[in-house]
Amino acid sequence: MRWLRKLIGAVVVLGGAGAVAGWALSAPVRLDAATVAQLGPGDAAKGKRIFYAGGCTSCHAKPGSKGDARLELAGGLELKTPFGIFVPPNISQDPKDGIGAWSEEDFANAMLKGVSPSGEHFYPAFPYASYARMKPADIADLYAFMKTLPAVAGKAPGHKLGFPFNIRRGIGLWKRFYLSPEPVIALPGGTPDKALAGRYLVEGPGHCGECHTPRDFAGGVKKAEWLAGAVAAAGSGVVPNITPQGGTKDWSEADIANYLETGFTPDFDSVGGAMVDVQRNMAQLTADDRAAIAAYLKAVPPRANGYPARKPKS
Amino acid sequence: MRKLVLAISMLAFAGSAAFADPIKDRQALMKERGKLAGQLSKVVKGEEDFDAAAVLTTLKSLQANAERFDAETLFPAGSDKGDTTAAPKIWEDMAGFKAVGDKLVTDVKAAVASPPADADALKAQLNKIGGDCGTCHQTYRIKKG
Ligand code: HEC
Ligand code: HEC
Ligand code: HEC
Repeated sequence: MRWLRKLIGAVVVLGGAGAVAGWALSAPVRLDAATVAQLGPGDAAKGKRIFYAGGCTSCHAKPGSKGDARLELAGGLELKTPFGIFVPPNISQDPKDGIGAWSEEDFANAMLKGVSPSGEHFYPAFPYASYARMKPADIADLYAFMKTLPAVAGKAPGHKLGFPFNIRRGIGLWKRFYLSPEPVIALPGGTPDKALAGRYLVEGPGHCGECHTPRDFAGGVKKAEWLAGAVAAAGSGVVPNITPQGGTKDWSEADIANYLETGFTPDFDSVGGAMVDVQRNMAQLTADDRAAIAAYLKAVPPRANGYPARKPKS
Repeated sequence: MRKLVLAISMLAFAGSAAFADPIKDRQALMKERGKLAGQLSKVVKGEEDFDAAAVLTTLKSLQANAERFDAETLFPAGSDKGDTTAAPKIWEDMAGFKAVGDKLVTDVKAAVASPPADADALKAQLNKIGGDCGTCHQTYRIKKG
């Protein structure tokens, strides 16, 4: 049995080395000083646009709230995913239950690096893998705008996650694969500014790819199937393919922009599902921003549907 | 055997005549509603000129359409199966579902009661109406690809 003991010994040593390496590789990484220096004082008026482009209310507003109450960011919605149920926290200006006491740098580390003020990793259910592509100046403006929103007391309930997803440290490894400030789609030289502006809005604050792109086993978006559509995270229904090969193939850029403004499709259907909140946020942007998004959606590589074909009719 | 087949097919025929397909019926109602909203949307977008009388006629048709929304008949239990995008949530929360349907009737009626004088006024009304479409589709409809 000596061989067995040797084997076990070797496994323990290797496992230990792996764990040490894993521990080092999974350590939280904060913003570097150069990026922090770019934050600068924010402009709340400009931050409003970023706030709506980023769709913060869709997840952080009190569930079911309407109108101005959408600006009370008390959290509490349940996001059902294959990894468990995530509950977006209170990010109102309450200093105790919300983020009222956070510095601009704390906020930027959360948005761009997914790291909390106490140095823990956030779960990517908070779509910072997209927000990481945002410009520091836009983060500063957003911070300034959020300062103008009300403080709401009360913590949201915690997440409901099973092992191993309840261990935050592992997210550090995930980030090594999936967190990057680089654009997803390298548009060719000569691409009009409009489509480039749209790329920024879609890939960064708009986080459209978080719903419209299929994910791999580790929950990272499959960049090779960018915006190709996906089975909805909640498990039932699909999020449509919005590449030029998808259901929007025959939509003009004006049709896409109009859908984002009014919710009406060119064939007179009306927006539904999780897209309703997104559309209501898009309606708050300028016509130029919506046109830019439409131009980018026409410029991305066409892809086959990222979800299985529907079963034939019975 | 042939008699049996005949009997079954007659029964099947009788069945389909008695219960017109509720899925087809409600989709037809929705399609008509979409066309009407689409006509108004063209005016708002400036693709068609604002003609007060024509707009009022369309709004009235939309009201009639919204009033024909009889949730019990169009969404009988079990009709979440088949070629439909109706979400199971409808049958878990029939009261909430009907309430959104009623809200649409109220908002369209309000528009008919104070007909828009120009495209901008129509735009405000259509935003409200479109919001009702979205509110219902958000919760009670699932696209299945
Ligand atoms: C898709 C849903 C979703 C959207 C959209 C979203 N968040 Fe969150 N957010 C979350 C979740 C879930 C968490 C909790 C993450 C965790 O516990 O690791 C979170 C956490 C946070 C935190 C950390 C709060 C704390 O107390 O630790 C901040 C700050 C934050 N979000 C800001 C924003 C801002 C600003 C926006 C808009 C630009 C936004 N979020 C949009 C889901 C979302
Ligand atoms: C009270 C809820 C409710 C309201 C309000 C509502 N809808 Fe619908 N709509 C549905 C449901 C449920 C379906 C799915 C029907 C099915 O597939 O069985 C649907 C489907 C549709 C469809 C697709 C029909 C098809 O061919 O499959 C269109 C188009 C549509 N709705 C347009 C509208 C428009 C435009 C409005 C607003 C003027 C509106 N709807 C308001 C519930 C609603
Ligand atoms: C929270 C998930 C989510 C996010 C984020 C999201 N979408 Fe969607 N989107 C959906 C769903 C679900 C639908 C299907 C809507 C329906 O059922 O009517 C959809 C539909 C669409 C459609 C219509 C496609 C069709 O064939 O009918 C377009 C265009 C679109 N989204 C663009 C965007 C853009 C641009 C963004 C980013 C600004 C975005 N979406 C972000 C979930 C999302």
